[in-house]
Amino acid sequence: MSEYILDCGGITKRFDGVTALNNVSFRLRRGKIVGLLGPNGSGKTTLIKIINKLLVPDEGAVYIDGIEPGAETKSLISYLPDREFVNGRMSVTELIGLFSDFYADFRADTARAMVGNLGIDLKAKLKTLSKGNREKVQLIMIMSRRAKLYLLDEPIGGVDPAARDYIINSIITNYSPDATVLISTHLIADVEKILDEVIFIREGSVLLHENADSLREREGKSVDAVFREVFRC
Amino acid sequence: MTWTFLSGKPIYAQIIEQITHSVISGGLPAGAKLPSVRDMAREAGVNPNTMQRALSELEREGLVYSQRTSGRFITESEDLISALKEKTAREKTGSFLREMLLLGYTAGQAADLILNYGKAEKNE
Repeated sequence: MSEYILDCGGITKRFDGVTALNNVSFRLRRGKIVGLLGPNGSGKTTLIKIINKLLVPDEGAVYIDGIEPGAETKSLISYLPDREFVNGRMSVTELIGLFSDFYADFRADTARAMVGNLGIDLKAKLKTLSKGNREKVQLIMIMSRRAKLYLLDEPIGGVDPAARDYIINSIITNYSPDATVLISTHLIADVEKILDEVIFIREGSVLLHENADSLREREGKSVDAVFREVFRC
Repeated sequence: MTWTFLSGKPIYAQIIEQITHSVISGGLPAGAKLPSVRDMAREAGVNPNTMQRALSELEREGLVYSQRTSGRFITESEDLISALKEKTAREKTGSFLREMLLLGYTAGQAADLILNYGKAEKNE
Protein backbone atom coordinates (compact mmCIF):
# COMPACT_ATOMS: atom_id res chain seq x y z
CA MET A 1 0.00 0.00 0.00
CA SER A 2 1.45 3.33 -1.05
CA GLU A 3 1.71 6.22 1.37
CA TYR A 4 -0.11 8.37 -1.16
CA ILE A 5 -3.50 7.46 -2.54
CA LEU A 6 -2.90 9.81 -5.47
CA ASP A 7 0.44 10.83 -6.92
CA CYS A 8 0.50 13.09 -9.98
CA GLY A 9 3.97 13.72 -11.40
CA GLY A 10 4.67 16.29 -14.11
CA ILE A 11 1.39 15.93 -15.95
CA THR A 12 1.16 17.89 -19.19
CA LYS A 13 -1.77 17.71 -21.58
CA ARG A 14 -2.22 19.63 -24.82
CA PHE A 15 -5.28 19.82 -27.04
CA ASP A 16 -4.40 20.87 -30.62
CA GLY A 17 -1.33 22.67 -29.40
CA VAL A 18 -3.16 24.44 -26.57
CA THR A 19 -1.72 23.51 -23.19
CA ALA A 20 -4.52 22.47 -20.82
CA LEU A 21 -2.25 21.17 -18.06
CA ASN A 22 1.33 22.24 -17.61
CA ASN A 23 3.63 20.06 -15.50
CA VAL A 24 1.10 19.40 -12.73
CA SER A 25 2.55 17.60 -9.71
CA PHE A 26 0.98 16.93 -6.33
CA ARG A 27 0.41 14.06 -3.93
CA LEU A 28 -2.53 13.30 -1.68
CA ARG A 29 -2.48 11.19 1.46
CA ARG A 30 -5.29 8.95 2.66
CA GLY A 31 -8.22 10.25 4.67
CA LYS A 32 -8.26 13.82 3.33
CA ILE A 33 -10.92 15.98 1.77
CA VAL A 34 -9.18 18.11 -0.81
CA GLY A 35 -10.54 21.02 -2.83
CA LEU A 36 -9.32 21.36 -6.42
CA LEU A 37 -10.08 25.02 -6.87
CA GLY A 38 -9.78 27.08 -10.00
CA PRO A 39 -11.84 29.24 -12.31
CA ASN A 40 -13.60 27.84 -15.35
CA GLY A 41 -11.14 26.59 -17.94
CA SER A 42 -8.25 26.18 -15.51
CA GLY A 43 -7.88 22.45 -16.22
CA LYS A 44 -9.77 20.88 -13.29
CA THR A 45 -11.92 18.56 -15.38
CA THR A 46 -9.02 17.59 -17.67
CA LEU A 47 -6.97 16.64 -14.62
CA ILE A 48 -9.78 14.58 -13.12
CA LYS A 49 -10.33 12.80 -16.44
CA ILE A 50 -6.63 11.94 -16.60
CA ILE A 51 -6.69 10.51 -13.07
CA ASN A 52 -9.68 8.46 -14.19
CA LYS A 53 -7.96 7.34 -17.41
CA LEU A 54 -10.60 8.95 -19.60
CA LEU A 55 -7.74 10.99 -21.07
CA VAL A 56 -4.08 10.11 -21.43
CA PRO A 57 -1.48 12.77 -20.55
CA ASP A 58 1.15 13.81 -23.10
CA GLU A 59 3.78 13.80 -20.38
CA GLY A 60 3.97 12.72 -16.77
CA ALA A 61 2.39 9.92 -14.81
CA VAL A 62 -0.42 9.30 -12.37
CA TYR A 63 -0.35 6.67 -9.64
CA ILE A 64 -3.40 5.64 -7.65
CA ASP A 65 -2.28 3.84 -4.52
CA GLY A 66 1.01 3.24 -6.35
CA ILE A 67 -0.65 1.77 -9.46
CA GLU A 68 -1.00 3.36 -12.91
CA PRO A 69 -4.62 4.00 -13.97
CA GLY A 70 -6.16 0.92 -15.54
CA ALA A 71 -8.55 -1.90 -14.86
CA GLU A 72 -7.17 -2.36 -11.35
CA THR A 73 -7.65 1.27 -10.31
CA LYS A 74 -11.27 1.36 -11.51
CA SER A 75 -12.24 -0.40 -8.32
CA LEU A 76 -10.34 2.14 -6.20
CA ILE A 77 -11.91 5.26 -7.70
CA SER A 78 -15.49 6.48 -7.48
CA TYR A 79 -16.01 9.26 -10.00
CA LEU A 80 -18.77 11.86 -10.27
CA PRO A 81 -18.56 13.47 -13.72
CA ASP A 82 -19.28 17.16 -14.22
CA ARG A 83 -22.41 16.38 -16.21
CA GLU A 84 -25.37 14.10 -15.65
CA PHE A 85 -24.43 10.52 -16.28
CA VAL A 86 -27.70 8.72 -15.61
CA ASN A 87 -30.20 7.48 -18.14
CA GLY A 88 -33.42 9.39 -17.50
CA ARG A 89 -35.63 6.47 -18.44
CA MET A 90 -34.26 4.44 -15.55
CA SER A 91 -35.89 4.37 -12.15
CA VAL A 92 -33.89 4.90 -8.97
CA THR A 93 -34.24 1.18 -8.17
CA GLU A 94 -32.90 0.25 -11.61
CA LEU A 95 -29.98 2.63 -11.15
CA ILE A 96 -29.17 1.04 -7.79
CA GLY A 97 -29.33 -2.39 -9.47
CA LEU A 98 -26.94 -1.19 -12.19
CA PHE A 99 -24.42 0.08 -9.64
CA SER A 100 -24.70 -3.17 -7.66
CA ASP A 101 -23.89 -5.14 -10.83
CA PHE A 102 -20.96 -2.96 -11.77
CA TYR A 103 -19.29 -2.35 -8.46
CA ALA A 104 -18.57 -5.00 -5.86
CA ASP A 105 -18.05 -2.27 -3.24
CA PHE A 106 -21.47 -0.65 -3.80
CA ARG A 107 -23.67 -0.52 -0.69
CA ALA A 108 -27.16 -0.79 -2.10
CA ASP A 109 -28.82 -0.59 1.33
CA THR A 110 -27.04 2.67 2.12
CA ALA A 111 -28.05 4.12 -1.23
CA ARG A 112 -31.70 3.06 -0.83
CA ALA A 113 -31.84 4.48 2.68
CA MET A 114 -30.35 7.81 1.61
CA VAL A 115 -32.68 8.18 -1.36
CA GLY A 116 -35.58 7.22 0.92
CA ASN A 117 -34.55 9.89 3.46
CA LEU A 118 -34.88 12.49 0.76
CA GLY A 119 -38.49 11.44 0.20
CA ILE A 120 -37.74 10.38 -3.36
CA ASP A 121 -39.84 7.53 -4.70
CA LEU A 122 -37.56 4.63 -5.61
CA LYS A 123 -39.82 3.75 -8.54
CA ALA A 124 -39.70 7.25 -10.00
CA LYS A 125 -38.00 7.63 -13.36
CA LEU A 126 -34.90 9.77 -13.04
CA LYS A 127 -36.09 12.21 -15.71
CA THR A 128 -39.16 13.04 -13.62
CA LEU A 129 -37.02 14.22 -10.68
CA SER A 130 -36.03 17.85 -10.24
CA LYS A 131 -32.50 18.76 -11.31
CA GLY A 132 -31.48 19.14 -7.67
CA ASN A 133 -32.85 15.74 -6.73
CA ARG A 134 -31.24 14.11 -9.76
CA GLU A 135 -27.88 15.55 -8.74
CA LYS A 136 -28.41 14.31 -5.18
CA VAL A 137 -29.27 10.81 -6.42
CA GLN A 138 -26.13 10.75 -8.58
CA LEU A 139 -23.96 11.84 -5.67
CA ILE A 140 -25.59 9.20 -3.44
CA MET A 141 -24.65 6.53 -5.98
CA ILE A 142 -21.04 7.72 -6.07
CA MET A 143 -20.69 8.05 -2.30
CA SER A 144 -22.37 4.68 -1.64
CA ARG A 145 -19.33 2.91 -3.01
CA ARG A 146 -16.57 2.00 -0.61
CA ALA A 147 -13.84 3.48 -2.75
CA LYS A 148 -10.36 4.65 -1.78
CA LEU A 149 -10.46 7.79 -3.88
CA TYR A 150 -13.57 9.83 -4.69
CA LEU A 151 -13.28 12.26 -7.57
CA LEU A 152 -16.16 14.71 -7.51
CA ASP A 153 -16.21 17.09 -10.45
CA GLU A 154 -18.39 20.11 -9.59
CA PRO A 155 -20.75 18.20 -7.25
CA ILE A 156 -22.59 21.36 -6.19
CA GLY A 157 -22.61 23.19 -9.50
CA GLY A 158 -26.25 23.53 -10.42
CA VAL A 159 -28.14 23.17 -7.16
CA ASP A 160 -29.65 25.55 -4.60
CA PRO A 161 -27.90 26.30 -1.28
CA ALA A 162 -30.03 23.84 0.74
CA ALA A 163 -29.21 21.06 -1.71
CA ARG A 164 -25.54 22.08 -1.48
CA ASP A 165 -25.64 21.64 2.29
CA TYR A 166 -27.22 18.22 1.81
CA ILE A 167 -24.56 17.19 -0.68
CA ILE A 168 -21.70 18.47 1.47
CA ASN A 169 -23.19 16.68 4.46
CA SER A 170 -23.42 13.41 2.55
CA ILE A 171 -19.78 13.74 1.57
CA ILE A 172 -18.63 14.13 5.20
CA THR A 173 -20.89 11.36 6.42
CA ASN A 174 -20.16 8.79 3.78
CA TYR A 175 -16.48 8.76 3.02
CA SER A 176 -14.57 6.23 5.03
CA PRO A 177 -11.77 7.66 7.17
CA ASP A 178 -9.03 6.07 5.07
CA ALA A 179 -10.47 7.32 1.78
CA THR A 180 -9.61 10.60 0.11
CA VAL A 181 -12.11 12.89 -1.59
CA LEU A 182 -10.99 15.29 -4.31
CA ILE A 183 -13.68 17.91 -4.98
CA SER A 184 -13.33 20.23 -7.93
CA THR A 185 -15.33 23.41 -7.68
CA HIS A 186 -15.31 27.16 -8.05
CA LEU A 187 -17.99 27.58 -5.33
CA ILE A 188 -15.44 27.77 -2.57
CA ALA A 189 -17.41 29.45 0.20
CA ASP A 190 -19.80 26.50 0.22
CA VAL A 191 -17.19 23.79 0.60
CA GLU A 192 -14.29 25.37 2.40
CA LYS A 193 -15.36 24.34 5.90
CA ILE A 194 -15.01 20.66 5.02
CA LEU A 195 -11.66 20.85 3.24
CA ASP A 196 -8.42 19.56 4.78
CA GLU A 197 -6.31 20.81 1.91
CA VAL A 198 -6.72 23.11 -1.04
CA ILE A 199 -5.08 23.06 -4.45
CA PHE A 200 -5.33 26.24 -6.52
CA ILE A 201 -5.03 25.65 -10.23
CA ARG A 202 -4.70 28.40 -12.83
CA GLU A 203 -4.23 28.04 -16.56
CA GLY A 204 -3.19 24.44 -16.14
CA SER A 205 -0.60 24.99 -13.40
CA VAL A 206 -0.76 24.32 -9.68
CA LEU A 207 -0.36 27.65 -7.87
CA LEU A 208 -0.66 26.39 -4.33
CA HIS A 209 -1.24 23.20 -2.38
CA GLU A 210 -1.71 23.76 1.32
CA ASN A 211 -3.61 22.79 4.44
CA ALA A 212 -6.81 24.89 4.51
CA ASP A 213 -6.43 26.00 8.13
CA SER A 214 -2.76 26.96 7.63
CA LEU A 215 -3.75 29.05 4.63
CA ARG A 216 -6.46 30.82 6.67
CA GLU A 217 -4.03 31.38 9.51
CA ARG A 218 -1.26 32.73 7.30
CA GLU A 219 -3.48 35.03 5.24
CA GLY A 220 -5.98 35.93 7.96
CA LYS A 221 -8.72 35.36 5.40
CA SER A 222 -11.09 32.68 4.30
CA VAL A 223 -9.97 30.38 1.48
CA ASP A 224 -12.74 32.01 -0.57
CA ALA A 225 -11.23 35.49 0.02
CA VAL A 226 -7.73 34.28 -0.86
CA PHE A 227 -9.11 32.67 -4.01
CA ARG A 228 -10.86 35.89 -5.06
CA GLU A 229 -7.62 37.79 -4.63
CA VAL A 230 -5.46 35.31 -6.48
CA PHE A 231 -7.90 34.95 -9.36
CA ARG A 232 -9.09 38.55 -9.60
CA CYS A 233 -9.93 39.28 -13.21
CA MET B 1 -24.64 23.01 20.21
CA THR B 2 -24.99 25.60 17.50
CA TRP B 3 -21.92 26.41 15.53
CA THR B 4 -20.99 29.59 13.73
CA PHE B 5 -17.75 30.02 11.86
CA LEU B 6 -16.16 33.28 10.86
CA SER B 7 -13.95 33.43 7.85
CA GLY B 8 -10.26 34.16 8.10
CA LYS B 9 -9.61 32.17 11.23
CA PRO B 10 -8.59 28.53 11.34
CA ILE B 11 -11.65 26.38 11.87
CA TYR B 12 -10.02 24.12 14.45
CA ALA B 13 -9.28 27.20 16.57
CA GLN B 14 -12.91 28.31 16.32
CA ILE B 15 -14.12 24.85 17.34
CA ILE B 16 -11.85 24.98 20.41
CA GLU B 17 -13.24 28.40 21.35
CA GLN B 18 -16.84 27.34 20.90
CA ILE B 19 -16.52 24.13 22.90
CA THR B 20 -14.64 25.98 25.66
CA HIS B 21 -17.33 28.63 25.72
CA SER B 22 -20.04 26.02 25.91
CA VAL B 23 -18.31 24.35 28.86
CA ILE B 24 -17.72 27.48 30.92
CA SER B 25 -21.22 28.76 30.30
CA GLY B 26 -22.69 25.43 31.38
CA GLY B 27 -24.05 24.35 27.99
CA LEU B 28 -21.82 21.30 28.21
CA PRO B 29 -21.72 20.32 31.91
CA ALA B 30 -18.72 18.77 33.66
CA GLY B 31 -18.44 15.06 32.91
CA ALA B 32 -20.79 15.24 29.90
CA LYS B 33 -20.18 12.69 27.17
CA LEU B 34 -19.39 14.11 23.76
CA PRO B 35 -20.83 12.64 20.56
CA SER B 36 -18.45 10.85 18.18
CA VAL B 37 -16.04 12.93 16.13
CA ARG B 38 -17.99 12.11 13.00
CA ASP B 39 -21.32 13.17 14.51
CA MET B 40 -19.83 16.38 15.86
CA ALA B 41 -18.25 17.09 12.48
CA ARG B 42 -21.55 16.53 10.74
CA GLU B 43 -23.39 18.75 13.20
CA ALA B 44 -20.87 21.55 12.75
CA GLY B 45 -20.60 20.96 9.00
CA VAL B 46 -16.82 20.63 9.16
CA ASN B 47 -14.25 18.07 8.16
CA PRO B 48 -13.90 15.19 10.66
CA ASN B 49 -10.11 15.64 10.65
CA THR B 50 -10.54 19.25 11.71
CA MET B 51 -12.90 18.25 14.52
CA GLN B 52 -10.41 15.57 15.58
CA ARG B 53 -7.60 18.12 15.64
CA ALA B 54 -9.65 20.50 17.85
CA LEU B 55 -10.61 17.71 20.26
CA SER B 56 -7.00 16.51 20.53
CA GLU B 57 -5.98 20.06 21.37
CA LEU B 58 -8.71 20.24 24.04
CA GLU B 59 -7.46 16.93 25.43
CA ARG B 60 -3.96 18.36 25.71
CA GLU B 61 -5.40 21.32 27.60
CA GLY B 62 -7.23 18.90 29.88
CA LEU B 63 -10.71 20.24 29.20
CA VAL B 64 -11.66 17.00 27.46
CA TYR B 65 -10.50 13.49 28.24
CA SER B 66 -11.02 10.28 26.37
CA GLN B 67 -11.63 6.83 27.65
CA ARG B 68 -10.38 4.15 25.35
CA THR B 69 -13.64 2.33 24.87
CA SER B 70 -16.42 4.63 25.95
CA GLY B 71 -15.60 7.86 24.15
CA ARG B 72 -14.79 11.43 25.00
CA PHE B 73 -15.97 13.41 28.01
CA ILE B 74 -15.80 16.93 29.36
CA THR B 75 -13.46 17.13 32.35
CA GLU B 76 -14.97 16.47 35.77
CA SER B 77 -12.65 18.99 37.38
CA GLU B 78 -14.80 21.94 38.47
CA ASP B 79 -11.55 23.69 39.42
CA LEU B 80 -10.30 23.57 35.86
CA ILE B 81 -13.61 24.82 34.53
CA SER B 82 -13.79 27.73 36.97
CA ALA B 83 -10.15 28.61 36.24
CA LEU B 84 -11.00 28.72 32.53
CA LYS B 85 -14.10 30.76 33.24
CA GLU B 86 -12.06 33.26 35.20
CA LYS B 87 -9.42 33.44 32.47
CA THR B 88 -12.12 34.16 29.88
CA ALA B 89 -13.76 36.77 32.12
CA ARG B 90 -10.39 38.51 32.58
CA GLU B 91 -9.79 38.55 28.84
CA LYS B 92 -13.23 40.02 28.17
CA THR B 93 -12.75 42.62 30.89
CA GLY B 94 -9.35 43.48 29.46
CA SER B 95 -10.68 44.07 25.97
CA PHE B 96 -13.63 46.10 27.31
CA LEU B 97 -11.29 48.26 29.38
CA ARG B 98 -8.93 48.84 26.48
CA GLU B 99 -11.82 50.12 24.40
CA MET B 100 -13.06 52.37 27.22
CA LEU B 101 -9.54 53.80 27.67
CA LEU B 102 -9.50 54.56 23.96
CA LEU B 103 -12.74 56.49 24.43
CA GLY B 104 -11.01 58.50 27.19
CA TYR B 105 -12.65 56.84 30.22
CA THR B 106 -10.67 55.90 33.31
CA ALA B 107 -11.02 52.43 34.79
CA GLY B 108 -13.05 53.96 37.63
CA GLN B 109 -15.44 55.71 35.26
CA ALA B 110 -15.83 52.47 33.29
CA ALA B 111 -16.63 50.64 36.52
CA ASP B 112 -19.28 53.28 37.39
CA LEU B 113 -20.78 52.84 33.95
CA ILE B 114 -21.09 49.12 34.53
CA LEU B 115 -22.59 49.51 37.99
CA ASN B 116 -25.13 52.06 36.78
CA TYR B 117 -25.82 50.35 33.45
CA GLY B 118 -29.14 48.76 34.47
CA LYS B 119 -30.44 51.97 36.05
CA ALA B 120 -29.55 54.11 33.07
CA GLU B 121 -31.45 51.74 30.82
CA LYS B 122 -34.56 52.07 32.95
CA ASN B 123 -34.48 55.86 32.84
CA GLU B 124 -34.36 55.98 29.05
